[in-house]
Order: sequence, then structure tokens, then C-alpha cells
Amino acid sequence: MKCTKCGGKAVISVLQHHLGLCKEHYLEWVPGQVARAIQKYRMFAKTDRILAAVSGGKDSLSLWDILHRLGYQVDGLYICLGIDGGVNYSNESQRLSQQFAAQHGLTLHVVDIPQVYGESIPQIASRTFRGRGAPCSVCGLAKRHEMNRLARDLGYDVLVTGHNLDDEAAVLFSNTLRWAGGFLARQGPVLEADQPGLARKAKPLCRMYERDMTAYALLRGIEYIYDECPYALGATSIYYKELLNKLESDQPGAKLNFYLSFLQAKEGGLFAPQADPDRAQMHPCPSCGQSTTAEGLCSFCRMMGGES
Amino acid sequence: MTDWQPVKIITRGKEYEVRPGMAVKHALEKINILPESVIVTRNGELITEDELLAPGDVLKLVMVISGG
Ligand code: SF4
Ligand SMILES: [Zn+2]
Ligand SMILES: [Zn+2]
Repeated sequence: MKCTKCGGKAVISVLQHHLGLCKEHYLEWVPGQVARAIQKYRMFAKTDRILAAVSGGKDSLSLWDILHRLGYQVDGLYICLGIDGGVNYSNESQRLSQQFAAQHGLTLHVVDIPQVYGESIPQIASRTFRGRGAPCSVCGLAKRHEMNRLARDLGYDVLVTGHNLDDEAAVLFSNTLRWAGGFLARQGPVLEADQPGLARKAKPLCRMYERDMTAYALLRGIEYIYDECPYALGATSIYYKELLNKLESDQPGAKLNFYLSFLQAKEGGLFAPQADPDRAQMHPCPSCGQSTTAEGLCSFCRMMGGES
Repeated sequence: MTDWQPVKIITRGKEYEVRPGMAVKHALEKINILPESVIVTRNGELITEDELLAPGDVLKLVMVISGG
């Protein structure tokens, strides 16, 4: 296969865009695509202060790399979850995030959950009803809460996460299987900060395939954590991603089309605000100030044992 | 007995062998792996699915999907 741009030897095919690209042109193409998504969905501007949530994985480190290269002011936030799982997961992912920051002269904020709250994610999970079975629900809630808290406390204009198209398509697929109107109404490339205590959020990689981000990290030489979080094993999201990849293999572009046509349908009014009745009842949590639909304390503060 | 050296394909904790002479895409089909779910590397370089495999080639597959 030849590079569509220069005719040299291609190192990767991007079937959903009918492209073959050499290393040089691939490393140029990816940031270009991300820049277009940032503009199209009006995510943020060069004057904004951006906080990137980094996990040490390929997507978030590549996102940080790309935004920095595109000339945005972007700092990192690493949340240490206290997960070992026999692969030293949290320590290793923190080390790789810190290494990336140091190599590029970037600022990384670190929040250590066990240090701040006295318990690791698996410990919180084993003590709470929410955590029965797997700690992922506890983990997701804690990460969301801490990202909001830090983005707001440190005065950032927008929080960005490394969600790629496969992440978004898997969530969309799962929400569609249940016709979860509220979730569908809220899913998108940007979440406005229209509720007290919540930061503005954007997903600049929402149109990039997970495969394309892996290739970017490899070709750019970004060292990322390859081992999965031990609790991800058997996650439904992985199952949905595999299903969608099966579809994609037979119909290149199917994943992208699924997500983009959803956004279009939403723009056209398919998911009216009434689909999301919870939103109308949001109020600030009396303890942390973040908006919640729960009565009284937000789910995070309740999980952590009342007033803090 | 075969007189050719097989192509070795290494992925997370697994190893496969296929016949040389076929394209990467075909080799992945043989071992039941979707091209969409992996990046194929040979000697540390990324290669595309139409690349033909030579005797003795060693491919490493980088898994793409992460969860959680
Ligand atoms: S797999 Fe679950 S526990 Fe592990 S980082 Fe993801 S959400 Fe947290
Ligand atoms: Zn080229
Ligand atoms: Zn709260």
C-alpha cells in the first residue's frame, strides 16, 4: 500500500477515510483531524486554560501530546486510584504519565485518592453497595468527582478526556440498546458547564478510532501503559467494542457513521430535553458544591460517608 | 515435513504459526483476529494488511481495545 499523500510506503491504512499513510504523513494527519474536531464542535480556543485527564494510557497521553503540539495551553491531571492487581497498575501508569510530562516540560497535577481520602478505590468498593462485584462504578464516580473538583479549584476553562470514537460508539450502543433517553440526550463531544460546580468538558478524540490512536502512540514513540487495569477484564464496554469492530471489518466506516449520524440526529432534535427529566432537578451538593440529581448529598459525598 | 519456515505471530500471551506467502489480512483471518482490533508490527515497524509474509517473519500484534 502507498501513502495517499506522497506515494511512499504506507505504514497504516485508515480504511474509514480511504487513506494509506506513511509515518511522516500519519503523524501530521492525526493532529490535523483533532484540530478539525476541536473547531467543529467549538471545544476551546488557544486562550483557554485546558486540563487534560491523563491515565498513562495511549489515548490520554496522545491527546496531551497532540494538544501541546497544536499550541494549546494544556496541563495534565493524574488521579491515582490505588489499584495494584498484581501488575502494579496505578504506580506504573503514574510513572509513565510523569515521564511524559517531564520529557515535554509539561505540568502534571497528581491527586492521590488513598492519600486524600484514606482509602484506595478497591477498598471503597469493598465497603460500599455500589462497589459490589466490581469497583468500576465506584472508580468512575470518584474520577468524575475529582476531575470536576480539580478543574474548578485550579481555575481551568475546560477539562478534556481521551475518549476516542470506539469509547463513544460503545457507550452509544449500550445506551441505544436500552433507549436510555437521559444518557443519549447528554452524550456528545462537549458537555457545557451549565450546572453549578461542574466543569466544562470536551472530548477532542471523539472522531478518532481507537486503532488510529494506538498507531499514533506507537509511531510517535509515546511510552504508555499496555497492561489493562485488572478490573477491565470482561467489561461490557470491551464486548461492545468487539461487536462494533466485527461490523467495521465488514463495513469500513460503520462505527464512525453510527456516531456521527447520532450527533446529527440529536442536532435535529431527536433527543429533546424532556428525554432527560433528571437534569431539571439538579441542585448543588451541600457538601462539595457539585451539581447532583440525588436528594441531599451527591453520590460521591454519600459514598465517602457523609459531610466532609 | 515442511521445507519452509513458518511465520510466527505473537500477541498478548499467545503465539500462532501460519504459512508464509499470504498477506497479513489473510493471516489474521486464519487465526481469527479482526484487523480492526490490532496493529501489526514486524521488527518494530508497523505494516499494512496487504503486506506479504516471508518465511521466518515474526509479527507482533499490538492490541488496540482497552476497557474500563
Ligand atoms: S477498569 Fe474499572 S477500576 Fe479499572 S480504571 Fe477502569 S473504571 Fe477504574
Ligand atoms: Zn507520505
Ligand atoms: Zn458532593
